[in-house]
Amino acid sequence: MVMRSLISRREQEITFHPVVLVMVPVVALLLQDYLPHLFPHFALLDLPLLVVIYFAITLRSPIAGTLTGAIIGMLQDGQSSHPIGVNGMAKSIIGYAAASIGVRIDVENSISRMLLVLVFSMANSVLTYLIERRLLGFEMQWLWLHEIARMMVNAVVAVGLFWFLDRLRRKG
Amino acid sequence: MESFFSRYKNVLVLVVVLVAQLIALATQIHRPSAMGVGDTRTDGHHVRAVRFAMTGPVIPLERMFTSIGHGVRGMWTNYIYLRGVRQKNYDLQAEVDQLRLQQMSLLADARQGQRLQQLLGFKQQYIYKTVVAQVIGTSGSDQSRVIYIDKGSNDGLRPDMAVVTPDGIVGKVRDVFPHAAQVLEMNDQTAGAGVVLETTRIRGILRGNAAGQPQVIDLLPDDRIKTGERVLTSGGDQVYPRGLPVGDVMSVAPDKQHPPYIAITVRPAANLARLEEVLVITETHDANGAVNDAAGEAEVQRAADAASEALPSIGTPENGTSGASGATGQPLVVHPTPALHVDRFTPGATPPAAELQPGDTKPITPKIAAPTAAPQSAPQAAPQSAPQEKQ
Repeated sequence: MVMRSLISRREQEITFHPVVLVMVPVVALLLQDYLPHLFPHFALLDLPLLVVIYFAITLRSPIAGTLTGAIIGMLQDGQSSHPIGVNGMAKSIIGYAAASIGVRIDVENSISRMLLVLVFSMANSVLTYLIERRLLGFEMQWLWLHEIARMMVNAVVAVGLFWFLDRLRRKG
Repeated sequence: MESFFSRYKNVLVLVVVLVAQLIALATQIHRPSAMGVGDTRTDGHHVRAVRFAMTGPVIPLERMFTSIGHGVRGMWTNYIYLRGVRQKNYDLQAEVDQLRLQQMSLLADARQGQRLQQLLGFKQQYIYKTVVAQVIGTSGSDQSRVIYIDKGSNDGLRPDMAVVTPDGIVGKVRDVFPHAAQVLEMNDQTAGAGVVLETTRIRGILRGNAAGQPQVIDLLPDDRIKTGERVLTSGGDQVYPRGLPVGDVMSVAPDKQHPPYIAITVRPAANLARLEEVLVITETHDANGAVNDAAGEAEVQRAADAASEALPSIGTPENGTSGASGATGQPLVVHPTPALHVDRFTPGATPPAAELQPGDTKPITPKIAAPTAAPQSAPQAAPQSAPQEKQ
C-alpha cells in the first residue's frame, strides 16, 4: 500500500510554466525586500524560504530543490549584509531535504505542509546561525522566542501561499 | 562508475553546490585582526560587483514601488482627506504668527550663542554637507538590518559615510552603486559605532543584538549608569561625527555571554523601523580628532587674547578715560607714565647686557629716548637735566 502510494507520487509529475518558475521567486524576493519597509514585522517572515520549500516538495526532485535553494538563497544574500553564500548554503540543504521528503510523504495535506514548514523554518535558522557563528566566526546571537515566532509565522503564511501556488501548477 | 554517479547524483549535486558556495564564502572573509571598531565586513570589488548584479534589477522596481506608494499616499492626503482643512488653516495661521514672534527672539539668542561659541573657540566636528536620500527598500530579513537608499556614487556617496536623521544616527553606508546605496543600520549584529554616555562620559562600542536592539557592550559594571541617560557618538570610530544623538539607555544588565561585563540596551533616537528620508553626511569639518583638539586649544588661546583685549583698559592720565578698546575698534596701547626725574631705575635707562663690559667702572649713562606717547603736560626739561643729576 505504502509502496504503491510512493510509486504513484513519483509517477505523478507536476510541472509549472517557466514564467511561473521565474516570476514566483522574483516576486517573493521583491516583496521580501519592500514590505518590511512598510511593515517592519514582515521581516519575521521568510517568503523566499517558503518558495524554496514549495517548489522542492512539489517538483520532488532533489537536484531541482538544491539548485532552486542555492539560487534564491544567494539572491537573498545579495540583498543583505551577509556574505554571499550563507543563505545559499542553508537553502540548498533545505531544498534538497524538502524534495527528498516530498517523495516519501504526502505533502498535499495542509497539516503536513505546516509541520514541514515549521521544521524547515527552524532548520534554516539553525543552519544560518551555524554557518555564520561556527564557520565564519561572526558573533551572532540566538533568541529562542524570536525563532519560534518566526516558525509559527512562516507556517501560517505557508498554508495560504501554498494554496495560491497550487493554482499555478499544471499536472502532466 | 557510471552507476555510482547515477545512483548518487542527487547527493553529488548537493555537495558540489555546497563546496562551490563554501569557496565563495572563503574568498569574502577578512581576518578579524584587520577589522577595527565600526569596520564591518566591507566587500571587495568582485563581491560588490556580484552584489550589484543581484540588486541592480531589484532597485528600479523598489524605486517604482516607492513612487507608487507616495503617489497613492499623496492622492489620499491631497484630494480625498481634506475635511476640516479650512478650520485647520485658520488655526495654523494663528500658530504661524505666534511662532514668528518666538522665532525673532530665538534668532537673537541664536546669533548671540554663535558669537559666544566663536569667541570661546568652540570647535566640534561640524557637518558641512549632507545629501538627502529616500529609503526604497530593505534586506527583507531581520537577521540583516540593511536598508537601500536612492542615492549612490553619482551623488557623491562613498562607503563608510554616516547616515543620520534629525533625531539621531541611523547607520553607515556599506556598499555604493551608481544610483543606490546599501546602508548598514546601527542595530545590525555586524555594525559598530563608538559612543559615549552623556553625563558619565563612559565610552563604549555600540552593536546590535539578535532582536535588533542596539547595545553598548564590553563595559564594566558602574553604578553611575542610569536608565534614561543619553548616548552620543564619540567620534572615535571616524565614521560618525562627534556628539550626534544615538539614543538613551533603556536597560542595564549583565552580559551573559561575556561576564563580568554589562550590556546597556539603548533605545534609538531615530525610528529605525519607519525610515522615510535620511541624510548622508558627505563632508565634515575635520575628521581628525587629535588635530581638532590641538586646534581647539589654539582657538581657546586666541579667544583668551581677544577677550583680554576686549576687557576695559586702564585710563590714561591725560584724558582720564577708561573703556573697552572694542568700543572704538582700535586697541589701546598703554604706555608708562614718564618719570619726572630720570635715574638708573627708569625703564630704558640701562644699556643692554651685550654692551656691558666686565670690570668696566665707567658710570652708566642713562639713554632715555623721548617717550613716543609723552603727554604734553610732562616737564620738557627733565631729559636734559638727567645727566647732570647723575654726575
